[in-house]
Amino acid sequence: MTPPTSPSEALPTLSFRPKPLGGPWVVWGGFALLLAAAPLLWTSSFAQTMLSQIGIAIIACLAYNMLLGQGGMLSFGHAVYSGLGSFLAMHTLNLVSTGKLALPVGLIPLVGGLSGLFFAAVLGWVTTKKSGTTFAMITLGIGELVWSMSLMIPEFFGGEGGISGNRVVGKPVLGISFGPQIQVYYLIAVYCFVCTALMYAMTRTPLGRMLNAVRDNPERVEFIGYDTQKIRYLTFVISGFFAGIAGGLGALNFEIVTAEVVGAARSGAYLLFVFLGGATFFFGPIIGAVLMVIGLVLLSELTKAWLLYLGLVFLLMVMYAPGGIASLVMMNLRLSAFGKLRRVLPAYLVLGVAGLLALTGAAAMIEMLYHLQLNAALGPKMAFLGVTLDAQAAASWVGAVALLALGAALFEWRRRSFSREWGTIAEEIEHEIKRREAL
Amino acid sequence: MDQILINTLNGVSSGLLLFMLSSGLTLIFSMMGVLNFAHASFYMIGAYVAYTLTGIFGFWPALVLAPLAVGGLGALFERTALRRAHKFGHVPELLITFGLSYVVLEVVQLIWGRTPLQFEPPALLQGPAFTIVQSPTAGLSMVLGAAGDVLCQAAQCSRFPMTRAFMMGVALLMLVALWLLLTRTRIGLVIQASLTHPEAVESLGHNVPQVFMLVFGSGCALAGLAGVIGGITFITEPAMASVVGSIIFVVVVVGGMGSLAGAFAASILIGLLQTLPLTVDASLADAINRLGAGVGPATPGWPILRITLAQAAPILPYLLLVLMLIFRPKGLLGRREG
Repeated sequence: MTPPTSPSEALPTLSFRPKPLGGPWVVWGGFALLLAAAPLLWTSSFAQTMLSQIGIAIIACLAYNMLLGQGGMLSFGHAVYSGLGSFLAMHTLNLVSTGKLALPVGLIPLVGGLSGLFFAAVLGWVTTKKSGTTFAMITLGIGELVWSMSLMIPEFFGGEGGISGNRVVGKPVLGISFGPQIQVYYLIAVYCFVCTALMYAMTRTPLGRMLNAVRDNPERVEFIGYDTQKIRYLTFVISGFFAGIAGGLGALNFEIVTAEVVGAARSGAYLLFVFLGGATFFFGPIIGAVLMVIGLVLLSELTKAWLLYLGLVFLLMVMYAPGGIASLVMMNLRLSAFGKLRRVLPAYLVLGVAGLLALTGAAAMIEMLYHLQLNAALGPKMAFLGVTLDAQAAASWVGAVALLALGAALFEWRRRSFSREWGTIAEEIEHEIKRREAL
Repeated sequence: MDQILINTLNGVSSGLLLFMLSSGLTLIFSMMGVLNFAHASFYMIGAYVAYTLTGIFGFWPALVLAPLAVGGLGALFERTALRRAHKFGHVPELLITFGLSYVVLEVVQLIWGRTPLQFEPPALLQGPAFTIVQSPTAGLSMVLGAAGDVLCQAAQCSRFPMTRAFMMGVALLMLVALWLLLTRTRIGLVIQASLTHPEAVESLGHNVPQVFMLVFGSGCALAGLAGVIGGITFITEPAMASVVGSIIFVVVVVGGMGSLAGAFAASILIGLLQTLPLTVDASLADAINRLGAGVGPATPGWPILRITLAQAAPILPYLLLVLMLIFRPKGLLGRREG
């Protein structure tokens, strides 16, 4: 069930582009409606903070995917641009609140964007000299450079405590003071919608198309007479701009910026979640952004081992579905478009149950290990999925191993016939496509 | 004078440790085109496995067994995961090693805990290898091992630790062994040929994927060996991978992608660059003031001007990387431009 591979160094792409239901107006209208209605559906203040962070993450992930998905540039240091955007936005906010600068607070994210653009223009000139693996290493180096600088210049980066500010400045305009979280959410939602639309529009420009060509076959692009380095550079600068906007929104949202926003962990999170969401489709990073906030906010509260789970899921994803969740969704949409989805549903059910069994067994073992490691003082008893497990009893370990083995065996047994079935269906679809083309 | 000598030796020994890491990375890269992001993770596993094995067999068997175990793990990873990603291209290959570095960090914390371990060097490697004595009356002299207290009371003593000397010895031994292996043995010739002409080597009847697995495993074993030595010299802790991780990438880019000799030169250069400035307590402002201009806290840009060279030491390798890319993009000894 691996998607077709491409000979280039880029991520494999799936060539299925369904017509969106009812055309682009419905899709974009639906997106706007979702952004507008989300805080009305989930009204708690916790949900509002989550939604605000998701909005910011969507911009950041889409900006990152301009490099990874559209341009085939693997960056390990994109947090530099969103982070520096955050810092400059915060300094600007502080200037505004002390009255040294007159600027509406709603425009401060743009300051973040412009600073992201500026730093991307300066640092990107070095970075984009290379492509492929070397590019990845240089971005890593630049990321480390900025991170080390952040510890050296406390005047700008605020040292350990970071710098903080207050987004409520002056008198409310039209009742908007940006004090309540909901007002900030709507500011973020507006920026999110506009930036998403702009970034989508960018994929439709000649520059966006040339960028895809540079990703797929740089040699040929050079033969036609384009400068691949220039295309990479322009994209890098634009991506830095949008990342900076995300950073500026983050500064407004949290009202504090610490040095970790330029750190390697943040850059790594962008990469991980954009890939998990699906770098080969425009909407993939949006899925990734939602997962990122859920992971960072909810999952990290739930379990200490969440980075381990994340790493394992990422490894499996790279090995078995390099197109991310978006490609899995699209593969199944393709099936359903050809009316074949019903045939694989029973297999999905069995595979899902088996996978869940194996996962529960493995997770129980990991959680017991972590419990013994970190909470030994609390005694061997721990709660896991509503059951109390004794992390030192042989019974719970035997049970977990049995669950894992049973689930894995069932999964493997069903997977074999499923993978044959999948192959047949894929062939049938190919036939169907050829038949329709011949008509 | 004595301090400069000791610092230079410290720098060279750090550089040699970096070379033990970057040589494996370079070999894997030039052979398979894979940049092993998890290379520093294998370095860390080496230290931790050696810590456990030292508790069972003692240090010297662990020094041999731990790299072998790490090499085995590396080969296993290549066989089960990396080979699968290989067909998708270079970006997924890099990503899979990136994911591995997350998993390794968490698993290491799961097994050995989050706090630094007490990984002590064996008795033979404790204490100074030699002491440089600068006496006001007798001038500069060198004493093997620790110098007597009586001597040091009268003069200035600088000690060079045994673990560092051991690090240099092992790295040089490894350098020679690697060179002999690659140029003088049959398998070395096959490896060299597979670097440039994998199809031709394959059609001559050699199993190139197996050679790949061997190279990946050996590269990881070298990282594991560096880990054992790094573990006793520095601190064995979960952050040890990220400390060297990005530096070895700088080494590989500065040396020139895929060039072993370049990696050697860049390792020594960066080792020195990380160590020597640590003792210089002068800043840009001092330099300007010495030239006659009066620079003080009121001057614009003072926060940058007042940073001393010792404070700036962590960023020097990265600055070197940027400068290298601007003025000599192919690296010190690299051939390929890409």
